[in-house]
Amino acid sequence: MMLTVNGKDHDIEADPDTPLLWILRDVVEMVGTKYGCGIAQCGACTVHLDGQPIRSCSYRLGDINGEITTIEGLSSDQGLHAVQEAWINEQVTQCGYCQSGQIMSAVALLSAIPQPTDEDIDRAMSGNLCRCGTYPKIRAAIHSAAAKLARS
Amino acid sequence: MGRIATIARRTFLIGSAAVLGGVAFGYYMYRRPPENPLEDDLADGTVALTPYVLINANGITLITPRTDLGQGAYSLQAALIAEELDVDIHKVNVDPGPPSPAYYNTALSHEAVPFASTDDGIAARVARGLADATLKFIGLQITGGSTTASDSYEKLRIAGAVARETLKQAAVIHTGNSIPVDRMWTRDGHVMLSQSGGDGIPYESLAEIATTIEPVDQVDLKPKSEWRYLGKAMERIDIVAKSTGRQKYGIDLQIEGMVHATVRSNPRQGGSMRSFDAAKAEGMPDVRKIVPLENAVGVIANNTWAAFRATDAIEFDWGDAPFLHEQEDHWQALADSFTEESLDSRNRDDGNIDDALASGEIVEAEYRAPYLAHAPLEPVSAIVLVEEDRLEIWTGTQIPGFLVVKAAKLAGVSEENVTLHVQMVGGSFGHRLEDDYVMKTVELALAMKGTPVKMTYSREEDMRHDFPRQIAMARGQGAFLDGRINALDLSIAMPAVTISQIGRQGLNLPGPDPVIVAGAWDQPYGIENYRVTGYRADNLAPVSSWRSVGASTNSFFHESFLDELIHAAGADPLEERLRLLSHEPSRKVLEVVGEMADWGSDPGPNKGRGIAYALAFGTPVAEIVEVTKTQEGIRIDKVWVAAEIGTLLDPVNFENQVKGGIVWGLGHAMNCETTFSDGMVQQTNFHAYEAMRIYQCPQIEVRALENGSRVTGIGEPPVAAAAPALANAIFAATGKRIREMPFNKHVSFV
Repeated sequence: MMLTVNGKDHDIEADPDTPLLWILRDVVEMVGTKYGCGIAQCGACTVHLDGQPIRSCSYRLGDINGEITTIEGLSSDQGLHAVQEAWINEQVTQCGYCQSGQIMSAVALLSAIPQPTDEDIDRAMSGNLCRCGTYPKIRAAIHSAAAKLARS
Repeated sequence: MGRIATIARRTFLIGSAAVLGGVAFGYYMYRRPPENPLEDDLADGTVALTPYVLINANGITLITPRTDLGQGAYSLQAALIAEELDVDIHKVNVDPGPPSPAYYNTALSHEAVPFASTDDGIAARVARGLADATLKFIGLQITGGSTTASDSYEKLRIAGAVARETLKQAAVIHTGNSIPVDRMWTRDGHVMLSQSGGDGIPYESLAEIATTIEPVDQVDLKPKSEWRYLGKAMERIDIVAKSTGRQKYGIDLQIEGMVHATVRSNPRQGGSMRSFDAAKAEGMPDVRKIVPLENAVGVIANNTWAAFRATDAIEFDWGDAPFLHEQEDHWQALADSFTEESLDSRNRDDGNIDDALASGEIVEAEYRAPYLAHAPLEPVSAIVLVEEDRLEIWTGTQIPGFLVVKAAKLAGVSEENVTLHVQMVGGSFGHRLEDDYVMKTVELALAMKGTPVKMTYSREEDMRHDFPRQIAMARGQGAFLDGRINALDLSIAMPAVTISQIGRQGLNLPGPDPVIVAGAWDQPYGIENYRVTGYRADNLAPVSSWRSVGASTNSFFHESFLDELIHAAGADPLEERLRLLSHEPSRKVLEVVGEMADWGSDPGPNKGRGIAYALAFGTPVAEIVEVTKTQEGIRIDKVWVAAEIGTLLDPVNFENQVKGGIVWGLGHAMNCETTFSDGMVQQTNFHAYEAMRIYQCPQIEVRALENGSRVTGIGEPPVAAAAPALANAIFAATGKRIREMPFNKHVSFV
């Protein structure tokens, strides 16, 4: 079946029961999207389906009907996404393994709520676990990305 | 700053010279510098000036042997070399290098001797020196014990300086001896030939000449005031890759021709496999091969998930757990081990505790802390390729030296024929001090010779086989007189953590296990009658080092019980700790954290503040937690932290490590336990093991103090004091004393 990832079509031959996460990682070989739990509890596998954040570990390939955006598709030739720039400026990451998912959730949050409060952030980001404890920096980076996006 | 003429040679020897009579010959032999492992494999025109700096015509590579688990170790190690070498860490290559005795960890031994880190007496120094020699013998290239900064601080700066001075000598030859070396200086990867500057000679152009001369062994280190990189906010070398999904971790690596795989072994850690039936799995889509292993079965498939699904379809007959099967029996085993026969150590026995407890008002309490999984977000994985008599391994590990030895033995090849490529790790917290996942992959690859096998544990397999943090129990008795603490007797029972852990590497530790009382006996309190006793409990689950190790349980016991005593005595928790502490850097962290939080001021209605102090891994740290009692439960509002680290090498990383340590310490104390039923771990995924999510994360304010004489680490110390500071804050807000982790068994958190 055809799968559109970051604007590019891929002809996928795999069991339609295979979760999108593993199609991305092991078949399309785009490994920026991470495996953490496989049961939609950690958020490391967050991607966008037509702009909405989903946990790719819990979506069957056969059920995907729309365009997928992964962390690799977030930046373009024009440069990094404002959220990624904020992540770099605030030096959010430690091990970094959860951060693809954190960033995808943050981008979706800012599309829905351009100027989020801390409570908005906590609500939108609570599905994304960070074992290193980067939460204070994540809050700061989302606020600074929001401010930057508002100026542009 | 004086000239330190011998120090460059000493770098690859031993930090402190302990001269002893009657010590084994081996001690002196092992003090010979190990050979530079980079010299074995050098292409023409490449020079390895020290084991840490490799230069050829294509560029400069800094070798950073401590694994980056997310703690920023690569950036810090690179910056230490770069500061002296005079290069920009963003313009050079950074490589973890090969496993080698040259990269042994001296600082780790300082935690392994029965002397407090505040003890600089001759006996303590001699013991540390002996432990250093032993470590060198077994080539412990370990990342752990918050030692990367302390171990690397001198070694890596000297390595950079040796390389720089040698390149200047090479430049003298390059210029036909026309310019004396003392006119030369360095800037950003170039040797400059005159004060006026000019372009200078790139280091790369000097590599060829440098191969022909002996590295210099007299160097000056830059004074702090001249540092360009250290002490300043640095951009981590991996920050862009980690913010764009481009960072490759071990689990992401793809090798040409690779197949995907997973392994299922007995969910009762260490138990046998009596039989299995893979009939259902064999016909499943994308499944290529079922491989029987020792007490496990591997599945090779077209993708990782197909392998996971196939292992779920295999029917197994597993053997019993080789340890107590039920959780309540684990607690009972601890309770039963406070006996003379199980006594492991009594490193502190000041005054006369029995007399002191015979009179006056006695406070008694029992504390518990459960097993805890490490559960880093990246499940463990490895890629192994077996070819004839060679083995190639790609994985993230904290123990590269051990791993090579064990893998060679398992595969029946010589250690020289094992190539290990250490990968970036998505968190560890001690998990990657184990190597079971790599050995399982070696077994699989032996059945798939010529094909690289990538083996990934499912989250469930990872947590079932995550040698957890020790379970522990403590009993305290104490007394006070005239509003002052005058007796504290703490007895701690737990499994022998070090012995369990190094036992899996075929090693043993004679005498007491230092972890059993770490973070308790070694606290520099001057309590008049003060005793700390460790008891070793047997037949418990195999355990491992978990971020802050012994202190993760013992600091909770010690600082909570001390707080109970202080409240019973009617004293102030900060003032009384200061009265009992004479160690100046420790007093200072308490005073500073008190100022940061405005200790003593009224926190407001339904609020409470708790304080805790710990000396862990040589770093004194003090923390204050403020909570609010709400209708829905306890809310953690704010945490203040002051830590004494000697010299602040990277302010951004310091802040991240401390905040991360607080989140780690609080989250697990609030919400996590690993328990066993029928010998199996019951919490196998994050729905049952949440630790802290962002909505529970407090504001955290941190401060680094630089009063101490030596550089110490910061990855683990903040964890130690977090749980007791929270328990003490909950007591202050509610009057309820929590003596058991996880705290959510006793209070709700919002």
